[in-house]
Amino acid sequence: MNIQELHARLVADADREGLLDVAYRTVDTPVGSLLLAATDKGLVRVAFDSSGHDAALTQLAEAVSPRVLAAPKRLDPVAHQLDEYFAGRRTTFDVPLDLRLATGFRLAVIEHLPAIQYGRTETYAQVATAAGSPKAVRAVGTACAMNPVPVVVPCHRVIRSDGSYGQYAGGVEAKHTLLAMEAA
Amino acid sequence: MAISRFVGTRRLRGVRPFEEIVVEYGPMVLRVCRAVLGPVDADDAWSETFLSALRAYPDLPADANVEAWLVTIAHRKALDGWRAGKRRPLAVAEVPERATADEWRGDVWDAVAELPHKQRLAVAYHHLAGLSYREIAAITGGTEAAARRAAADGMKRLRATVEEKV
Repeated sequence: MNIQELHARLVADADREGLLDVAYRTVDTPVGSLLLAATDKGLVRVAFDSSGHDAALTQLAEAVSPRVLAAPKRLDPVAHQLDEYFAGRRTTFDVPLDLRLATGFRLAVIEHLPAIQYGRTETYAQVATAAGSPKAVRAVGTACAMNPVPVVVPCHRVIRSDGSYGQYAGGVEAKHTLLAMEAA
Repeated sequence: MAISRFVGTRRLRGVRPFEEIVVEYGPMVLRVCRAVLGPVDADDAWSETFLSALRAYPDLPADANVEAWLVTIAHRKALDGWRAGKRRPLAVAEVPERATADEWRGDVWDAVAELPHKQRLAVAYHHLAGLSYREIAAITGGTEAAARRAAADGMKRLRATVEEKV
């Protein structure tokens, strides 16, 4: 066997033995290469190229488990749904999520975001109210910026009350691309 | 196994995803397995080594000597095989005809296979894995000086064999 075949066998063995704590792959999209990572519970991380895939993998190794392997199969369903989403054929994602990288108020914000429908937006203030802390507008900004699973959990649908886009983990350009695509 | 033994002098860095370990050291461990066990059993030994390493990896200190740790595991996997009679120390007749494209130079590997067991281990662990003689002695038993001598004798014999064939 060559080293690629041995790697594939290692991934299969690890999965069978319950040692594949974090599986990952990348997908090419209109907003650049996305890193997708999943635990056995669900999708745990989506990372933009601009913020560094290596940094995201190191974060996973430290915060979840160092047993991290390139293992595309576990990510096949979400990769397929992302393809459909970027082709305009899908408006919601239906994959299990593992939100362990978000806690407290940040988790409350992340859990509210899927309620913002495709093609719609909410302001940071509206999200603060929905998450139970009307005054925590800035904290909503932080929670969105640190969303562990952007695109799939749509933090890009949160904008400023003056209608401007505000910050985005994947850069303002990516946020504009996503909102323009959803508005079309 | 006492993982603390592998705390070395390597520079401290953050937690590395296991994938990086496979990519960085996988080819080296495969060469070592091939040299020690031959190409037939090398695949299984490599797979068992990395599965075992993956299991233990969360407990490995960040500054551990990863090469020595992996070679120690590979050595034990080979030893288990020999003890169980599952794998014999390599016989030349088992080396199959392999495409040279797979970095497999038949003549050199044949010559490695013909080395006495201790010399083959010392050559593989020092020249393929880059371990120090002290680390090799800790893995195979015996003294640092004996490991150094075995590697030197092995290399001498290898050169003679390969030159003879050329």
